[in-house]
Amino acid sequence: MDINMTLVGQLIAFVVFVIFCMKYVWPPIIGAIEERQAIIADGLAASDRAAKDLELAQEKATSQLKEAKIQAASIVDAAKKHEAKIVEETAGKAQAEKERILATGHAEIETERNRAREELRKEVAILAVAGAEKILERSIDGAAHSDILDKLVAEL
Amino acid sequence: MSSGAELTSQEYITHHLANLKVGDGFMAVHLDSLGWSVFLGLVFLTIFRSVAKKATPGVPGKLQCAVEMVVGFVDDSVKSTFHGKNELIAPLSLTIFVWVLLMNSMDWVPVDLLPHLIHWATGMPLADIYMKPVPTADPNITFGLALGVFILIIFYSIKVKGVGGFMKELTTQPFGHWSLYPVNFILETVTMLARPLSLALRLFGNLYAGELIFLLIATIGLFQLPVHFLWAAFHLLVIPLQAFIFMMLTIVYLSLAHEDH
Repeated sequence: MDINMTLVGQLIAFVVFVIFCMKYVWPPIIGAIEERQAIIADGLAASDRAAKDLELAQEKATSQLKEAKIQAASIVDAAKKHEAKIVEETAGKAQAEKERILATGHAEIETERNRAREELRKEVAILAVAGAEKILERSIDGAAHSDILDKLVAEL
Repeated sequence: MSSGAELTSQEYITHHLANLKVGDGFMAVHLDSLGWSVFLGLVFLTIFRSVAKKATPGVPGKLQCAVEMVVGFVDDSVKSTFHGKNELIAPLSLTIFVWVLLMNSMDWVPVDLLPHLIHWATGMPLADIYMKPVPTADPNITFGLALGVFILIIFYSIKVKGVGGFMKELTTQPFGHWSLYPVNFILETVTMLARPLSLALRLFGNLYAGELIFLLIATIGLFQLPVHFLWAAFHLLVIPLQAFIFMMLTIVYLSLAHEDH
């Protein structure tokens, strides 16, 4: 082993290289690595947060959906009740209307019948008088026989 | 072993284990070790700097991904061992890990490839070409690194504990009695010195042995090809492991230096 100035040369090179590495090589590279690690850590944390948020949102959505269903059911219920009430009311009204119309009809029919009957009576009286005139071949004095006529009209 | 039938195996290996050297004695410099070392360090810094310049916290490119994998790995290793605050240790560990890894990887370059390329390009006779491309198989390189780490250990020990605290740590343990303080001092000094020594010698020993075995395999003729392959495959373990151990022990030693008893 011969030790000589090569050792000193190597030592100087070593010092220079280490100083260069310490000043210009190591800091930027390790800086980039650590910065990227921080970015990745942030990203992972964000994705964790997002997953949690999503879970919460899903839970919220589920509960809201449930609530909405319950609400919808109650609305439908109320609507059905309301409908039933309306149907009932309408039916009642219709019944009343029907009865009223029937009553009116009956009354009209009654008056019409009375009127017709009255006319008929009058006509029958006239016919009876005419018939009687023909039978008697003479006129009946309306005034003198009005009592008979009235009696006849009343009997018809 | 195509470098010439005139060489014996021993001459061949000795030739390949010799460095390209200028100067004499202590003032000599191994141009191949130091050259490859600096070149590979620049390769490391160029690639990592190009990524660092464009580093984005957004979607990274493929090169940025690869670099970030290495940086992340080193950062995790540092954070799992060293718990103080220190701006130097992580980039120091990154430099050591990648640089040593690249230097160790030169072990995979076939032992005769570079000399023959030089021979082909310049026409120099092979016997005159010395090229030992694995810097970490040169003790100068590993001791250079370990010495840098050792200086940092001493520096941070004194910075964190103060000169008195550091001396106290060296003298008052493991034996609590004052009469044994000199013994303690000798023991602790040996422990302290053993750190850079073991650091440097472990790396050097592993890579030198690996290189030596490659050279030995290169001398066995035609059957060297599958054996080379096996040995190179084995180095898939050795090369990153040695780089990792060097880095890890550096972190451990520096975190020990930061611990106040």
